[in-house]
Amino acid sequence: MLRLKNINTYYGKVHALKNVSLHLSEGEIVTLIGANGAGKTTILNTISGVTPATAGEILFNKQPVTACAPDQIVKLGISQVPEGRQVFKPLSVEDNLELGAYLRYRNRESRAAIHQDVQKVYQLFPRLEERRKQLAGTMSGGEQQMLAIGRALMANPRLLLLDEPSMGLAPLVVQEIFRVLEQLRRENGTTILLVEQNAKAALKLADRGYVLETGKVILEGPAAELMENAEVKRAYLGKDKKEIWER
Amino acid sequence: MQFDQLLQYSLSGLSTGAIYALIGIGFSIIYNATGIINFAQGEFVMLGGMFTLLFLETFKLPLWAAIPCAIAASTVAGMLFERLAIRPLRQPTPINLVIITIGGSILIRGLSMLAWGKDTHAIPPFSGDDPISIAGATILPQHLWILAITILIVFVNRFYFYHTISGKAMRACSYNRRAAGLVGIDVRRMVLFSFIISSAMGAVAGIIVAPLTMTAYDVGVMLGLKGFCAAIIGGMSSGMATVVGGLLLGVLESLGAGLISSGYKDAIAFIILLLILFIRPQGLFGKAESERV
Repeated sequence: MLRLKNINTYYGKVHALKNVSLHLSEGEIVTLIGANGAGKTTILNTISGVTPATAGEILFNKQPVTACAPDQIVKLGISQVPEGRQVFKPLSVEDNLELGAYLRYRNRESRAAIHQDVQKVYQLFPRLEERRKQLAGTMSGGEQQMLAIGRALMANPRLLLLDEPSMGLAPLVVQEIFRVLEQLRRENGTTILLVEQNAKAALKLADRGYVLETGKVILEGPAAELMENAEVKRAYLGKDKKEIWER
Repeated sequence: MQFDQLLQYSLSGLSTGAIYALIGIGFSIIYNATGIINFAQGEFVMLGGMFTLLFLETFKLPLWAAIPCAIAASTVAGMLFERLAIRPLRQPTPINLVIITIGGSILIRGLSMLAWGKDTHAIPPFSGDDPISIAGATILPQHLWILAITILIVFVNRFYFYHTISGKAMRACSYNRRAAGLVGIDVRRMVLFSFIISSAMGAVAGIIVAPLTMTAYDVGVMLGLKGFCAAIIGGMSSGMATVVGGLLLGVLESLGAGLISSGYKDAIAFIILLLILFIRPQGLFGKAESERV
């Protein structure tokens, strides 16, 4: 469904992505793991058209989307949940969700259909319904994360890009959010590309994974295999060399 | 000093204040959408008045038809300004943009001078000029027009920003541009919108004030600065805070001019501007931002 071929992206003079290639099939959950600065966020932003690639090609459903602007990408069915939630803080929960469907309003889709999707988001995250009139900025980090995901879902995406949804959240909240991601795939067939620092949780949820280091893909494979890989264990799963050697 | 004198100054202050408020809201809308202060805002106020004159005298339209035409023409000027001067900029740093708006304002003023000359012109009042007396003070019908139109615009504005998807999207852009792009809002389109709304509002302000103060190619400078002052008092809000800022400025100015000396009229506005910038740069009613991560 999505294929990146030899993508190169620069941040000013910094060569942030070096010949990155990856693909996602329909209905898959794929995770990108790696340390800070490895280029995970840049990959998502390159797909979303925020920091366009300088070389390489991105295909979405076999269509080239490399040079598309962010709003065109959303129109094609790719929504991003950005790092640090980035909800519209002075707007209410309901307004945030409505804005997620901005392009659908522009396309004169019926209000009833959009309203129905708001209800669906409330079913996924009942906590948001309790707070629908509250200003987004006054909610807890976990609630803001739920809202950010809900807002992205309002665009009816086929592919959901998530950037560090677990950052700074309590383990129970992370569990709830990951459960919803699984439910989305099961019920809607949504394809998910998940960037995570919490490699353990991400690999547990995902089908496949890519490991990034300084802008390059250094490892890829089924999540279960990556979980057993010695290098991944040492660098990202918090087990030290000794523990691995002793086994 | 008598009560009726005070009332007289306050009433005329309120109506000039309403004008400042409209101009100030124009500043705020563009500031919120783009992060820049559009120093050409005052020129759209001037264009409103001058275009009305053009349609009245050159095309011989009646007043009721000349006014919408003038608003439309000024709005087109605002759109062109955004398209030709703001959008093509390669490195849109705030300082570059601000300098461009200053350059744009000088250009617009120069062109108007060439087109209409340096004379001051009068526009007839909307409904006669028989004074109305209220509790010992007298006001002109035009004052009432100014207040009524300002109130109407403030309400329409509020409805747009809080109850329509396009208005909410514009607010979203001002709060978080990157996230706005990610939900599919075309930020550049919103910037164009902000210029359209502001130049239209500026033109309205210029048109409704022209019957009282006359209009000329250079009225935009002072009116623009006063509007900027109102926006600063209001903390760059595009809502009630700037309206109150404008009214406050208008009343203080008028009281100062009447009670101290009319020579200090403009000085009063700028003393207030400086005081606000020194003491409460977030505006009179703003709170320092507190964020939750």
